[in-house]
Amino acid sequence: MTSKSREDAQHPPSRCPDNSAFKQQKLSAWQPELTPASVLSGFILIGVFCLTMGVCLILSARSVKEVQINYSDKCLNCSKLRENSSNWNTECLCSADFKLEEKIQGDVFMYYSLQNFYQNHRRYVMSRSNAQLLGRNTDIRNSNCAPFSTYRNGTPMAPCGAIANSMFNDTISLFYYTNLSTAIQVPLLKTGNSWWTDKYVKFHNPTSHNLTSAFAGTARPPYWQKPAYLLDEENERNNGYINDDFIIWMRVSAFHTFRNLHRRLSRTEQFADGLPAGNYTFHIFYNFPVSRFKGKKYLILSTVVWCGGSSLFLGIAYTVSGAVVMLAGFIITAIHLKLKKRKTYFQR
Amino acid sequence: MADQKVSTSCLNGKKQQSDFTWEVRANDRAYHMQFKKRVSFCLTKRKYADNAIKTGKYNALTFLPLNLYEQFHRMANLYFLFVILLQTFPEISTLPWFTLLLPLGCLLIIRGLRDLIDDIARHKSDWIINCRPCEILSGKSFSWKKWRDICVGDIVCLRKDSFVPADLLLLSSSEPSSLCYVETADIDGETNLKFRQALLVTHEELMSVESMAAFDGKVTCEEPNSRMHSFIGMLEWKGEKYSLDSEKILLRGCRIRNTEICYGLVIYAGFDSKIMRNCGKIRLKKTKLDRMMDKLVILVFLVLMIASFFLAVACGIWAEKFRRDHSYLSTFYAKTSPIKQAFFTFWGFMILLSIIIPMSMYITLEFIYLVNSFFIDWDVEMYYPAKDTPAKARSTSLNDQLGQIEYIFSDKTGTLTQNIMTFKKCCINGIIYGPGTGRKRRLLDESLSWNPYADKNLEFYNPLLLEAVRRDDDPAVREFLRLLAICHTVMVEEKDSQLVYQAASPDEEALVMAARNLGYVFLSRTQDTITISELGVKRTYKVLAMLDFNSVRKRMSILVRDPNGKIRLYTKGADMVILTRLHENGANEKITEKALDSFAEETLRTLCLASKEVNERDYTEWSKKHHKASIMLENRAEELDKVYEEIEKDLKLLGATAIEDKLQDGVPETIQLLKKGNIKVWVLTGDKQETAMNIGFACRLLSDDMLILEEEEISEMLSAYWVSNNNLSSSGEPLCSDSFVQKPLDTFRRGNTALIITGDFLDKILCIGEVVKKKKENFWKRMLCCKAEVQQEQESLLEKAFMNLATSCQAVICCRVTPKQKSLIVQLVKKHKSAITLAIGDGANDVNMIKTADIGVGISGQEGMQAVQCSDYALAQFRFLQRLLLVHGRWSYLRICKFLRYFFYKTFSGLMSQIWFAFYNGFTAQPLYEGWFLALYNVFYTAYPVLSMGLLEQDVSAKKSLQFPELYRMGQRDEFFNYRVFCLTLLHGTATSLGSFYIALWAFEDKVGSKVVGDYESFAVTVATSALLSVIIEIILDIKFWTVLSFLTVAGSLLLFCVFSYLTQNFQAFKEAPSIFRFPDASKNALTDPYVLLIILLCVVANTIPSLTFRLVRVIMGKSTIHQIRMKDMRLERDMVELRAHFQRGSMQRRSSYAFSHKEGYADLITRGASLRGRDSLGLSTTPVPVFRSSSSPRLEAHKTRVEFLA
Repeated sequence: MTSKSREDAQHPPSRCPDNSAFKQQKLSAWQPELTPASVLSGFILIGVFCLTMGVCLILSARSVKEVQINYSDKCLNCSKLRENSSNWNTECLCSADFKLEEKIQGDVFMYYSLQNFYQNHRRYVMSRSNAQLLGRNTDIRNSNCAPFSTYRNGTPMAPCGAIANSMFNDTISLFYYTNLSTAIQVPLLKTGNSWWTDKYVKFHNPTSHNLTSAFAGTARPPYWQKPAYLLDEENERNNGYINDDFIIWMRVSAFHTFRNLHRRLSRTEQFADGLPAGNYTFHIFYNFPVSRFKGKKYLILSTVVWCGGSSLFLGIAYTVSGAVVMLAGFIITAIHLKLKKRKTYFQR
Repeated sequence: MADQKVSTSCLNGKKQQSDFTWEVRANDRAYHMQFKKRVSFCLTKRKYADNAIKTGKYNALTFLPLNLYEQFHRMANLYFLFVILLQTFPEISTLPWFTLLLPLGCLLIIRGLRDLIDDIARHKSDWIINCRPCEILSGKSFSWKKWRDICVGDIVCLRKDSFVPADLLLLSSSEPSSLCYVETADIDGETNLKFRQALLVTHEELMSVESMAAFDGKVTCEEPNSRMHSFIGMLEWKGEKYSLDSEKILLRGCRIRNTEICYGLVIYAGFDSKIMRNCGKIRLKKTKLDRMMDKLVILVFLVLMIASFFLAVACGIWAEKFRRDHSYLSTFYAKTSPIKQAFFTFWGFMILLSIIIPMSMYITLEFIYLVNSFFIDWDVEMYYPAKDTPAKARSTSLNDQLGQIEYIFSDKTGTLTQNIMTFKKCCINGIIYGPGTGRKRRLLDESLSWNPYADKNLEFYNPLLLEAVRRDDDPAVREFLRLLAICHTVMVEEKDSQLVYQAASPDEEALVMAARNLGYVFLSRTQDTITISELGVKRTYKVLAMLDFNSVRKRMSILVRDPNGKIRLYTKGADMVILTRLHENGANEKITEKALDSFAEETLRTLCLASKEVNERDYTEWSKKHHKASIMLENRAEELDKVYEEIEKDLKLLGATAIEDKLQDGVPETIQLLKKGNIKVWVLTGDKQETAMNIGFACRLLSDDMLILEEEEISEMLSAYWVSNNNLSSSGEPLCSDSFVQKPLDTFRRGNTALIITGDFLDKILCIGEVVKKKKENFWKRMLCCKAEVQQEQESLLEKAFMNLATSCQAVICCRVTPKQKSLIVQLVKKHKSAITLAIGDGANDVNMIKTADIGVGISGQEGMQAVQCSDYALAQFRFLQRLLLVHGRWSYLRICKFLRYFFYKTFSGLMSQIWFAFYNGFTAQPLYEGWFLALYNVFYTAYPVLSMGLLEQDVSAKKSLQFPELYRMGQRDEFFNYRVFCLTLLHGTATSLGSFYIALWAFEDKVGSKVVGDYESFAVTVATSALLSVIIEIILDIKFWTVLSFLTVAGSLLLFCVFSYLTQNFQAFKEAPSIFRFPDASKNALTDPYVLLIILLCVVANTIPSLTFRLVRVIMGKSTIHQIRMKDMRLERDMVELRAHFQRGSMQRRSSYAFSHKEGYADLITRGASLRGRDSLGLSTTPVPVFRSSSSPRLEAHKTRVEFLA
């Protein structure tokens, strides 16, 4: 030991750096070089892929059946009525008829669409209390809900915030004319339309022995006609914060024109295959005002395929980009071949 | 220039009084304590600093505030702090608080830690220096203390080989005549000894400790200053006044040599010492890219501000609409006016868009710089085994600049050369003897037997010459070697029964050593004799006169009376000088001239030797004149020169010697390579013009086919420029047109041109056009009439013209320049060419230059560490510069540039979508992305692949980089990152962000589906994912050097995205803090929908294809840089070879390179006899010489009279 340490003392350790691959920057590396051949074949492959994808998408989208009805135009009188906010208490019923030339097979979804409704306004998006919606007893005065957090007398709103306050509240029912005079109501499902995570994670009612007492001490938002625990009078478990319509509304849209899923066709009796061809009418309790901000309201009945609905955008986009990539590939190949010829000529 | 000023100010008496305010009283600490100096308005400091130095910036208390203060000096940091403060206002807080705080916190902590580590290192090194031991007189005896305990006025005892701790006045030494030898390697890198001499009075009186303790002299001198070689002061003691000059001062950093013990009085201590004054303040160097980056960040900031402004205006307009029509929103606008709303939204947008300002770029860059510096430290090929010194990157923020160097300023001695002179060749009587080959070893052993004095490590060996010497039949050979042994000013010392020579210049030592090896051994000298051993026979020559060397005479002679009583004159000197003073011009001279030419061709330093016999009558006559001249009080030097001239004529040529100034290894090759890389090498040296030029040739900086411009040509060109310029200005045209410089310069540009100037000439140019003053008198008068402003302008014009000339030359050599001038030259180039400069040197005289240049490189491993201390990079050898620049520099530059380009790209492409989104949400500054995505995007999701690129990217291997130095030009031309590249990057980033945003937008617009129907969360996730993937694909295309790390980082980024998306979006987190984790399960919901996946895929394809096409087109067009340059250079090289073959090698005029260093010899000292001990060290029959013998040393008398005169 001692002799060794003495040796060390005699020869202080060399300050020569390690000769390791990393320190000498000689790590083994793959140095890919872009060669025209590989890139161009890649181009062609991508082009072919995009084209096929585009065609598939277009074909799928074309197979979707969709009916869209602008009922804010059809119910002009109701729209007019709602323009004046003092009439909030007057009911306005309106109906919109339409005719299905051919039947819509499969699962049919009913959407409402709002135009020019700024659900993505920053203050609007912020104006909610996630904690409250989780069923917690939080002090919403300090939350982002303001100015829709409490009334002047201090009663907190439940649910609070601008989003909840402005909830879409038209009541829509669909009737099918089996013959000219008799109409039967098309069975539509109110539940199962929201995301599972929303329904079971994000939203909870306050815990109490019954819903009414859970919301005791709170008041409905100013625009609402009914308190939160009475949103669905038929289904006790679709009430309060976990009401599907409410949940869907609370999932704000990224755009000022958007569609929200509202109902699903319950495939029973004569609607087991979908909606049969014939005359239909929507009975709408028109509550939600849109005409002031030149908004439009639509009702949409549509089937859904794997890639969504009838929108052709993605299919066309794929086709176009596929074509462009192919074209670019061919042009570059041509240039490449030409230059190569010239180069070899010069080199000679 | 500064020296001149001082001398002029000293001439007028009034100023002198005010200048001399530094009073030092020996052994009186209390006296010095009482003086205070005002630092700022209420703080005072002791006037006389103590000897402790402190270079650390912080202490334990000040670290946090000072460091934070420094960090927030960076505009970006300050801005982010500002934004974070803004965020606390709820009205405008558009982003969650953690989005900006997280990256900024990381940045501050990392940088703070780094500063802390650096400062600790500085404190350590200070502590080591301050704790060096030294002996201080305290009370009545010397005691060992530390350097930091030294105060002004103390008396310090220094022993052999110890460092001088402060600027001292030499009081006495153990050597005769109170000489003290010092080595100034630490100060100027020169290893030869210099002597200092104490005042006679202090030397004689202060011989004991008691007398020193009682010493109460008072020194009055200048305030501390940075002029290394000037000192003017006065010692007042016992009522007498003695003048002091720099010859009596020991500077801090010198080393005592050959002197047993010496004593000094501390004049300047610590930061007041000359060397510390010269160090100046540590200036923060910034690289070109760094500066550009700062500008870009400001630019981005301005763009964002403008964007925010317009968006805010739009918001104001929309606010009115929202308030009026949108009943569900109108309450938000109930209490505010649209203008107020717009104002708030402006700040909201500022916060929202501030993430586009690439803040985490600085963190990542710091790290890349650091690791790239480590790569320099780690490089085995820059490790110098002989001195066990690896390269060291002392500054870690300049690496990229190493790839952009255009000018290298190099010191000569110790940097290009080893400062070792070796006797290479000689020509005796027309026969050239070169270094021996082959049988060297065997013969060497043999030779040792006959010559006991032969040096074991001799390099010159020629059997033919040896034979001729030993035959001893050729008088020319005999005289030749005798001359070498006699005619010099070398001093000899015996150490361990070995002769040790001490020479003022290494050249002389080499010559004397060569003679010694050939049997003519210089044994000893006294004041007026020289004893040599000629082939074993001791002969003593009486020295009648020593005609010393100076730069005008370019020769030295010695007049001796040989043992036979004959008087001979031996002369050695520059060939031009000697050849004109020869008696005849015979065949011998012709052959010798040819030999000189061939020596010069090999870049050896040549010297001609000649002798003549002087008859007694001539001598006595001359001797009288000489004596008369040497005691003259005025014009003595000129008079002496005339007298010398009289006797140095009709000489007989003996031959010539050739000495090699040994270059450092690989210098010519390195310079060649650097020149190929379009780097211009300037040599700045304190040496003489001839020597400098010679080295220029030796290291292939100059070549024979070059047109070498010297001062006359330059001044002619410049004055021609002056005249034309003056005409221009009088005719009212703009002054700045430099077409007139351009014209003559263009003619030179085609051919190779070199410039050689001296420091004095430089002064003339830089001082207001004195060149012109000499030549164009009337013009000068006109000039004087002009106003000072015009003069200034003209001055800068001349400067500019000169710089234009100098920079268009292939090589520039500046000789006899002072350290200040060195830095001035660097500054000029920086100013006029705005080029990146690198200065390399080894001594303290290079410190100024090293600090001024953009990059300073110090040669480490030598004894002097001054240069290294102030340098940014420390290399052991000059030749490592090629690897440092061409490999590390280029790579670093490439890496930083690619990093910057990509970083800006990823920031823009990822985060610009926020702006587009504003158009769809009523300009309300709603963030598009989730807060966590924004917080983590730059730090975790995209940082690592680009980091690995910044660390390891290589476009060509190290070998190829050195093989094709032309590749270096890309860095000089800023090709990889400039404003154009930035704009393209901005466009590319914008395009990508537009692509990701609009494809997703349009795809979602009309969407129906069972799950994702264009809700905000899904849209955010979709755009974020497609932007992130596009950005990652881009770096996959960008990386050209795929190591394991690159794969890992790319995979890691994706993994981190998944992991963090999961962590920030899981239920548990949401339940814990619903307001912080706002997107529960959004990614999972969105990314399981095939439609969303298709959107993302389309985005990635649409964003990647253009970039891929662009790259492919570059490849096809042959514009891929590496490929292109490689092809071009191959072609170029072929052409060059052909051209060169036709080129005729011109005959040249460059032989005369007198082989003496610029210092005068010790002749004065020797003839005074001051340095010689009166002892018979070698047992030779020399008579002990009394120290002062007035009869035979008229010079000493003269010296004495001078002393009295001054006193």
